[in-house]
Amino acid sequence: MTVALDVNWAVKWLTLCAQAMAEHRVELIELDRAIGDSDHGENMDRGFQAVLAKLGEAEPETPGAALKMTAMTLMSKVGGAAGPLYGTAFLRAATALGDSAEIDAAAWAGALAAARDGIVARGKAEPGDKTMVDAWTPAVDAARAAADGGNGDVFGVLVAAAEAAEAGAVSTDPMVARKGRASYLGERSAGHRDPGAASSALILRAAVGAAA
Amino acid sequence: MTVSIVVVSHSEKIADGAVELAAQMAPDVVILPAGGTDDGRIGTSLEKVLGALEQARAKAGDQSGGQAGDQSGGRRSAAGGPDGTVVLTDLGSAVMTAESALEFLENPGGVLIADAPLVEGLVAAAVAAQGGADVQAVRRAAEGVRSPAAQPGPDGQGPGPEPVSSAPPDCTGDFELVNQAGMHARPAAKVAGGLASLDAEVTINGVDGASMTGLMTLGAGKGTVLHVEAWGVDAERAVEYVGGLVEAGFGEP
Repeated sequence: MTVALDVNWAVKWLTLCAQAMAEHRVELIELDRAIGDSDHGENMDRGFQAVLAKLGEAEPETPGAALKMTAMTLMSKVGGAAGPLYGTAFLRAATALGDSAEIDAAAWAGALAAARDGIVARGKAEPGDKTMVDAWTPAVDAARAAADGGNGDVFGVLVAAAEAAEAGAVSTDPMVARKGRASYLGERSAGHRDPGAASSALILRAAVGAAA
Repeated sequence: MTVSIVVVSHSEKIADGAVELAAQMAPDVVILPAGGTDDGRIGTSLEKVLGALEQARAKAGDQSGGQAGDQSGGRRSAAGGPDGTVVLTDLGSAVMTAESALEFLENPGGVLIADAPLVEGLVAAAVAAQGGADVQAVRRAAEGVRSPAAQPGPDGQGPGPEPVSSAPPDCTGDFELVNQAGMHARPAAKVAGGLASLDAEVTINGVDGASMTGLMTLGAGKGTVLHVEAWGVDAERAVEYVGGLVEAGFGEP
């Protein structure tokens, strides 16, 4: 499948993110209730609804501009730790994409890596800490591998990243949290999926939906 | 020189209250709150932080407009005060939001985030700013309040004694507290604030004279003799300054 990752795709992606957060709001709240402060679903839903409203007002001209606007909005509206973490992720991705009108396979893999690096820089979490990094790191690796070996098939990169993020989110189930509020629970945090990893997988899955 | 201060808290009330408290000790310092989310919930907001940094620049710019002093080549930052801005935060994600704000502004020079307890750090920073300390010194003042436990102890743990105290002091003095309340918050703020602007390292009964919280931990009441030791160019002025305040009872009964 050939699809152009242009600003229309970016807007559709963000719109699908908002839909996914609304649909999975309760699920994310339940995950967060188990090991956090049960506000993740509500915060993400509110944040992406605000992104939707912003998209309605301003018409970004490039994918990078759309992502930068999203970063600013999430950092201002989410409220919890997810705000600056996702905000930084979108901001770093936007910076990596620059003014390009269209994203190719390598650029998307690079933007994901920049996003993941931003989350790590801000949150200081490492793989295995039971955080969103455990969804993003395999997603970045899979996207890179797909970009390197996929004849420039950008759709394949999107799918690889989403599948790896979903597997990464599942992989947090048995982990003992070492970062964030869940770390206060110690061993009791095992047996629950990390809400941030779950919402990260939803975001990367929406990127596939926008290109399908 | 007027370093401004921005307070980032999850709660609008905490930010406003902390600013109100600090402003009492430092009436001339621009201290701005950035508390809560845009819609008044608990949380932090990038827009509020960016707005406060912008306002700090505008307000501190007005206040220092008549001053010729400029510490380092006059590089104006895109946000924060012209003489720099120190950001105090409360819980973890407030730190992340403050860091994000700096990233959004592409790391403006002169805006520093202090890793310090919010209320104590803010008061210490405000007092240092009031005394004319530069942006680095204001951040140090805030971060210094963390250290009562980490201060040089007899067990040799912690960062160790200040190197300056190994040389004999350039000037010393002993002054008896004559005011009823002794070394409480306001006198401590006056002493620390004034000493922060002098080119001298000063200890009072062994604690850093430029640290308001350090002075308060002395628990020095009326009749206590303060032993002042000072090193540096302004050592004599520093001792005279403390002596003058103490002997005048800090203007209190």
